[in-house]
Amino acid sequence: MSPLQDLIASGPHLLPEAVLVVFALGALFFGALLGADRWFGLTSTAGVAALVAAGALAIARQPVAPVDVFLGAMVIDGVSAFAKALIAFAAAATLFLGAVHFNATRERRFEFPILVCLAVLGMFVMVSAQDLITLYIGVELQSLSAYVLAAWRRDDAFSSEAGLKYFVLSAISSGLLLFGASFVYGFTGSIDFDVIAAAVSEGAGGVGLVFGLVLMLCALAFKMSAAPFHMWTPDVYEGAPTPVTAFFAAAPKVAAVTLMARVLYEPFAGLEAQWQQVIAALAAISMVWGAFGALLQTNLKRLMAYSSIANMGFALMGLAAGLEQGPASALIYLALYVPANIGIFALILAMRRDGAPAETVADLAGLAQKRPWMAALFTMLLFSIAGVPPFAGFIGKLLVFQASVDAGLVWLAVLGGVAAVVAAAYYLRLLASIWFQPPAAALQPAGNANLITATFAAALTFPILVVALGSIERWAEAAVRMWF
Amino acid sequence: MQFSTEALIVLAPLFAAAIAGLLQRLIGDRVAMTVTTGSVGLSLALSLPIFADFVWGEGHERVIELFRFIDVAGFTSIWSVRIDTLSAIMLVVVTSVSFLVHVYSWGYMAEDPHRARFFSYLSFFTFAMLSLVTANDFLQLFFGWEGVGVASYLLIGFWYQKRSANDAAIKAFITNRIGDFGFALGIMAAFFCYGSIQFDEVFHAAAANPAMMLGVGEVQFRAVEVIAFLLFIGAMGKSAQFFLHVWLPDAMEGPTPVSALIHAATMVTAGVFMVCRAGELYHLAPLASGFVTIVGATTALFAATVGLAQNDIKRVVAYSTCSQLGYMFFAAGVGAYNAAMFHLFTHAFFKALLFLGAGSVIHGLHHEQDMRYMGGVRKPMPITWAMMLIGTFALIGFGLPLEGLKIGFAGFYSKDAIIEAAYASHGIGAQFAFWCGVTAALLTSFYSWRLAFMTFEGRYRGNPHAHHHDASGTDHHHHDHEEAKSTAAHADHAHEAPTDGSAPAHESPWVMLAPLLVLAAGAVFAGWLFYPYFLGYHAEAFWGQAVPLEHERHDFPVWVLWAPVVVTLIGLALAIIFYLWAPAAPRAMARGPVWAFLYNKWYFDEIYDFVFVKGARAIGDLFWKVGDRRVIDGLGPDGVTSVSRWFSRGLRRVQTGFVYHYSFIMLIAAVAFGAYAIFAGFGGAP
Repeated sequence: MSPLQDLIASGPHLLPEAVLVVFALGALFFGALLGADRWFGLTSTAGVAALVAAGALAIARQPVAPVDVFLGAMVIDGVSAFAKALIAFAAAATLFLGAVHFNATRERRFEFPILVCLAVLGMFVMVSAQDLITLYIGVELQSLSAYVLAAWRRDDAFSSEAGLKYFVLSAISSGLLLFGASFVYGFTGSIDFDVIAAAVSEGAGGVGLVFGLVLMLCALAFKMSAAPFHMWTPDVYEGAPTPVTAFFAAAPKVAAVTLMARVLYEPFAGLEAQWQQVIAALAAISMVWGAFGALLQTNLKRLMAYSSIANMGFALMGLAAGLEQGPASALIYLALYVPANIGIFALILAMRRDGAPAETVADLAGLAQKRPWMAALFTMLLFSIAGVPPFAGFIGKLLVFQASVDAGLVWLAVLGGVAAVVAAAYYLRLLASIWFQPPAAALQPAGNANLITATFAAALTFPILVVALGSIERWAEAAVRMWF
Repeated sequence: MQFSTEALIVLAPLFAAAIAGLLQRLIGDRVAMTVTTGSVGLSLALSLPIFADFVWGEGHERVIELFRFIDVAGFTSIWSVRIDTLSAIMLVVVTSVSFLVHVYSWGYMAEDPHRARFFSYLSFFTFAMLSLVTANDFLQLFFGWEGVGVASYLLIGFWYQKRSANDAAIKAFITNRIGDFGFALGIMAAFFCYGSIQFDEVFHAAAANPAMMLGVGEVQFRAVEVIAFLLFIGAMGKSAQFFLHVWLPDAMEGPTPVSALIHAATMVTAGVFMVCRAGELYHLAPLASGFVTIVGATTALFAATVGLAQNDIKRVVAYSTCSQLGYMFFAAGVGAYNAAMFHLFTHAFFKALLFLGAGSVIHGLHHEQDMRYMGGVRKPMPITWAMMLIGTFALIGFGLPLEGLKIGFAGFYSKDAIIEAAYASHGIGAQFAFWCGVTAALLTSFYSWRLAFMTFEGRYRGNPHAHHHDASGTDHHHHDHEEAKSTAAHADHAHEAPTDGSAPAHESPWVMLAPLLVLAAGAVFAGWLFYPYFLGYHAEAFWGQAVPLEHERHDFPVWVLWAPVVVTLIGLALAIIFYLWAPAAPRAMARGPVWAFLYNKWYFDEIYDFVFVKGARAIGDLFWKVGDRRVIDGLGPDGVTSVSRWFSRGLRRVQTGFVYHYSFIMLIAAVAFGAYAIFAGFGGAP
């Protein structure tokens, strides 16, 4: 098959990506030509529509068997479809929140939806990557968009610092990724995942290959902000504008975890004995660091940064289990975690006082008296993230713990339980502040968009996701079955 | 559930208690009092024919089963009314004293604002006591046992605004818990060994297999001994026997009618009743019976010595009760169950008489209870004086033990029978009990006359205008409105000290005196009338199979027959010398160490306070301060939180915000993970 024929044959399978590319380039052209930020609302709406369409297409056009596209550089399969849908919907929700927010704060720059969509495009490439180059391109496309988004408030030192820090540290991690990839290439002679997998199963490589793999894993751990490669996360989360933080906290995590799952279970499945310990260690450190790091935080965004670190630990715990339910449980965990996370950020975004964001734990005080509905939503969402039954987060934790125990990593499950208890302490601290403290100064009325989003997210944590859990579970398990 | 008059005897007071207790605001005090008194009167009226049937008639033993209480997996307990000689005696004792106390309380409690509650409790107590004595298995017995305990607790603490009353109520309850623990263990042991808790089945099983052993590992005892011993622990608590007696004197914090009904005539005798009911078990258990004998005899002597030095009129009577209960127990211990029951029977009358008489004095003297501030009460309260005198004669057992012509007050018949039974018995501790009994009789006589002389004779020693000198603090509740009323209601006669040295008292109303007269009749005639049935020639027919009887007839040396009477007279003589002729002598003795020892009740409360209260507190302190706060909290919640904070602070310090720190950590971590993967994955050898 000639490259041209392949390109033509690949086209129909890449409709989600095509939608994003068309939107991004079209909106860029449109915006640059008209030079008008006054179309912010329109482009944002179109961006949300493009993301939703991409997600819907990813689900609708999920192939029965994996389909290689671009001469085997990418693959369209169940895992990619699952991840793309989740990424697209999460990005759509955060774009919606961000657009509303920036519209209200009069920071209407039309590049915002374009950058979000380009980042999502990078994530789509990540989750479909089938060789080392595609992998790198996907990671970089996502990252480059993210740096710009982090530094979105150019005139704000905090925001600029966040973007710069993210960029510099991310460059180091990219270096690690490339260094590791070159090791892998050197010891297996290929960049193609299938060839690498074959070489690994024949016993190629040895120490060099393992070292290359570990370096790649470190870089991917950086992208998903797993400890101890998480150091950027609290600073960037705090410095970046809150809508951007909300975006960072959702979609990129899904992409990074899915990509890591693919790397572990496709080319390097034969090295499970080596990477299992590393992933388990990453999971353990993330859970513990995330749990303890947040205990004394007073800034809600930093607190959520540690929360996401800890939650990535739980997702990694699923990946560490080399069994079928391992990666499946990690994907389900993300599907349950991401909506609740978006809901919480929707509420944080809704907290404003005198036009400035109110982002500390103290600002939550007495919320139950002033804003009972917001307080109830906070309660549901925090309970879900803390893993309190019957909310979805509990089921997610249960599944990864189950996978971990089945894989014989009982110590990891026990450590996860302890970390979950410690983490519950700071979620409960927020709830105690909301329900039992005298009210802080009055907040501005919350926007409807935020409340609707948060209400929907809360409904997803309970009861919708709990009811729909069976089908999600079946989907995720069917998707990962090809790896076993 | 069948209806029967026997059931009505038990249940009528319950219904009355429910009506008076639950509807008291609706129906008011007077209706509540009428309903409760009437229902107990009904119970009395229905009980008398049953008792008469056993004494003079055929004596129809029967068990009326009301309903199945528990019936699971081989464990059956049926709610029933058992009518036999024992329960017939108890029925008439309980209902008659209860009825008289109800009537008496109309006068005694006339000024109390919570009369409905009081009468409701009294009736509830009566119900519980009746269900205790009519039980046909140990569970119902235990129900009644606990029910009377609750009623006792409620009534001791009836004046709940008084701290001392609350303390006394709690003390009674807790002390009884200790006994009840043994009692419950005894019931469980009986079920464990014999597979039943029904009285007859347990007794038959025990008799059929007397050698059955019970124990853990090498430590084995005869089952029947263990069961009898454990049951007696319960009796020790309920009947205030040595070591568990401490609650009874404090229980005098309750209103005096309660003391008469519960803490003299009925509830405290439940232990004696239980031992007699389980007589067939104790008959098979010589060691446990010996223990009963020794504890009973010790109590009889101990309580009598303490009674010598008490100043509170009710406490003297309370220790006397304790002492008399000791008599009953050692009678049961030496196998003279009929003598024990007879003493229970007569004691109920004269002790209730003494208590109600004391209550009348207290009432007449405006709630003065300290005998040091009495004196000269005979003249203003002649009827009370006469009644108390009869009670005293009955208590000291005054009578003439002539061959073929025994004649005396009620206590004479029963107490002499007990002392003789102890002399005749060859059981463990019987001789000790005999000598304790004789000595205690001397002391009983002395303190009884001391009470009579200090209260009624001599000159009035109180200050009519200062009622707050009562150090024991009892009945203070009444002081306030009594004081308020005194200027109005009693101004005409009460508070000007009469010039002839008699007390500024007033005779009690007839509603209080009438019960005294009835009880006095019992105290005089109950012994003479029923002696032939309980102990004499009709005993075989009267008792039937209810308790094991001693068939051997004894001829006692003359000195044994006369000893109680002689020591009683010696006691009387001493009391006359000390309290009528030479009042300075006791006051001189009151400064000595012996007196202090007795006055402080052998320091039992202090020892218990030191060993149990302070000990428990010390252990609690240890567990709380060291165990809980330092070890559990320190290593647990507090320790974990402080370690978490410390750890969290450490992590925060790592988060410097400097890019070079972050990148350093990343690179170090990358290297560390690489090394870890290589060494872990390849077993240490690349």
